[in-house]
Amino acid sequence: MTGDPSKMTCAEFQAHLSELIASGEDISAHAHIQSCENCRAFLADLETIAEAARQLFPSVEPSDKVWEQIQSAIAQDEDDGIDPGLTPQRP
Amino acid sequence: MPDSSSPTQAPNRSRPNHPSAPEPAAATRPSNFARSTTPNPQEAEALARAQAGDHQAFAQLYALHKRRIYSLCLRMVGNIAEAEDLTQEAFLQLHRKIATFRGDSAFSTWLHRLAINVVLMQLRKKGLSLISLDEAMEPTPEDGPSRSFGAPDLTLAGAIDRLALERAVAELPAGYRLIFILHDVEGFEHNEIASMLDCSIGNSKSQLHKARLKLRDALRAQSREEERL
Repeated sequence: MTGDPSKMTCAEFQAHLSELIASGEDISAHAHIQSCENCRAFLADLETIAEAARQLFPSVEPSDKVWEQIQSAIAQDEDDGIDPGLTPQRP
Repeated sequence: MPDSSSPTQAPNRSRPNHPSAPEPAAATRPSNFARSTTPNPQEAEALARAQAGDHQAFAQLYALHKRRIYSLCLRMVGNIAEAEDLTQEAFLQLHRKIATFRGDSAFSTWLHRLAINVVLMQLRKKGLSLISLDEAMEPTPEDGPSRSFGAPDLTLAGAIDRLALERAVAELPAGYRLIFILHDVEGFEHNEIASMLDCSIGNSKSQLHKARLKLRDALRAQSREEERL
């Protein structure tokens, strides 16, 4: 990769994009993005996917059966003498 | 044993239909989830009482969190019966461990981490490639998205079919799917995800980026397929 971000090729930029994102760098301000329409479109695609994701998989409730089964399982635990709190904190 | 006939209810919240199943917290937009995890007095009180063994308080915690935990399970496994089983197991685990919660993180983050572990355990039982959370966070190179350097034929904007995207998400490797669902669908922040998954914030960001790349690849492949037909 060239040392000058403005001289990066698209391949170089995209190959390092994951690292750039992980580093917290403001990608929209990157020199390559400022000058490359294709990579701007590429990032716009990813943002479009993120936007679309918010419409996915509506939040739903479990059936009442789940609570009934949880209560039953808790009762079984208590019958078995399982004492809450004996397990490590980290779930 | 919880009192199934009269679990503690959230104040000012009616439950006309299901006396044994407390009403959930009001549904929030997934993207608001992170902000909704701010501790509230109602939850804090129920948590303290549940830790002391109050079954009605535990029922209240279930009411507050069941929708989010079930939705997470359903989004991860895509099967109602399996998601209900996982939800049951997650809350049973919660009951067993709740007395050990010390408040080092937000309760909802802790509960989500617990539920995620239950889901990952189930995926491992099913023989999926996901063996552990560490591996989920370190997908093998062949799992990685392809790169299409600056390809001009992207233009997904405004043209993403919801069902196609849901299919593509379902086909993601479990580790990518988990990060994508937690961040882009449920609205968790990277610092929360890092806490849940025991990874760095940078890793969470990086994995999310790779997940989106894989989704883009899948959507473009599907689009090309449709054009060919």
